[in-house]
Amino acid sequence: MDEALLRSLTPSVLGILVRRGADFAAAEDAVQDALVQAVRVWPDDPPRDPKAWLITVAWNRFLDATRADTARRRREDLVDEQPAPGPVPSVDDTLRLYFLCAHPSLTPASAVALTLRAVGGLTTRQIAEAYLVPEATMAQRISRAKRTVSGVRFDQPGDVATVLRVLYLVFNEGYSGDVDLAAETIRLTRQLAAVIDHPEVAGLLALMLLHHARRAARVAPDGELIPLADQDRRLWDTRLIAEGVEILQAALARDRLGEFQAQAAVAALHADAPTAEETDWVQIVEWYDELARLTDSPVVRLNRAVAVGEADGPRAGLAALADLDDALPRYTAVSAYLHERDGDLKTAARLYAEAARKATNVAERDHLTRQAARLNARLRG
Amino acid sequence: MAKYLLLKHYRGAPAAVNDVPMDQWTPEEISAHVQYMQDFADRLEKTGEFVDGQALAPEGAWVRYDGEGRPPVTDGPFAETKDLIAGWMVIDVDTYERAVELAGELSAAPGAGGKPIHEWLEVRPFYTAMPTVTE
Repeated sequence: MDEALLRSLTPSVLGILVRRGADFAAAEDAVQDALVQAVRVWPDDPPRDPKAWLITVAWNRFLDATRADTARRRREDLVDEQPAPGPVPSVDDTLRLYFLCAHPSLTPASAVALTLRAVGGLTTRQIAEAYLVPEATMAQRISRAKRTVSGVRFDQPGDVATVLRVLYLVFNEGYSGDVDLAAETIRLTRQLAAVIDHPEVAGLLALMLLHHARRAARVAPDGELIPLADQDRRLWDTRLIAEGVEILQAALARDRLGEFQAQAAVAALHADAPTAEETDWVQIVEWYDELARLTDSPVVRLNRAVAVGEADGPRAGLAALADLDDALPRYTAVSAYLHERDGDLKTAARLYAEAARKATNVAERDHLTRQAARLNARLRG
Repeated sequence: MAKYLLLKHYRGAPAAVNDVPMDQWTPEEISAHVQYMQDFADRLEKTGEFVDGQALAPEGAWVRYDGEGRPPVTDGPFAETKDLIAGWMVIDVDTYERAVELAGELSAAPGAGGKPIHEWLEVRPFYTAMPTVTE
């Protein structure tokens, strides 16, 4: 059984239950139950119409749960009301679900958890494992999130930018556990792109595909981080790159530039270079200028300094770096790299070691420590 | 989200404001303290921020490898060891500020006289997963 296919039905089934009058939190629980049952039952007894099966089972679960509560809550009116037979699932329902799960009243962590469950159809346990927290904690985080959005009208329009931020967060900061969060986010972003025509949705999808394409080359079998310049480009997934580039070009042609399209353009230029030496750094600098104009982010200006260092030489890169706050994450690592390129190995070694102490993840720390060690060995040698 | 370790020391932290050894408290004060810690953990689970909490016995040994074919060497405990960990709580929170806020609440656990201990807790960030997008 294809679980991704099963999960792809989640938002439309949930949307239909909500349209039939179920409140979001109860409907979401019912859909989860139906998904769990599908995983158990379908391998031996596959349904003719998977979506209809899920709708029926989820709706019955919802009614059972509501009936159990009815005596206490006196909500017979809802239970007695017969659902309209099979309302047509609307693409708007799927879109609204994305908006609701990324609602600005939610913290990023809550929005991430709710999106993965209510839109992605992942179980609480899978989400808990992906984020390395106990299942009970994740269950509480999700039910709090549902309470937070319980007052939000389902048919209220939302801001697609909030949805994109949540998807980007899952893609960029997910751990790789049992569930492949990167692949899952790409699936969710594809699904979003299918229900809303927006160049930034396309831009984010292209960005994800272009980065995902490099995954096999990014980390050595022993977990060691391999920087872009040293990656074996034969390991890049050319199919994903082609798809990402095509999606990006169509988005850019609409002339409504946004930060995800610009970031994807940088990734596409890297993907386009047969070797690191052939990278078109001049164009990359131009895209970082666009990004800086769009976001005014200091991180963008830091990445721009790296690109300037490649395009115009390390001195120019260091000059660009001099305008930035040295407390920025990865500032010291960039400075170390540019000093090495400039031939000042002693300063570079010292800065690499300092950058290693400031790293926020183990792979980066180890990588920077190795750089310091490599230069120190050369200096001794 | 980021994980932080709230580290509690038997020894090695600066002195607490209400610095009375636990064996000098009344039994009720000890119960109140234990209850506070339990309630704190329960509350964090409800907010979706609890990851783990453990307490360590003060007595331990030092162990090291002693060469091929030999059993490990054990030694200690050394009374002069300055730093002695008493236990920890791991939290998963949205910001560093939230981690500090929670450490502050944990440090307010009641001690002697039913008054907050005001003990110093060490707050340490976990390394995160490596971000996918770095350029």
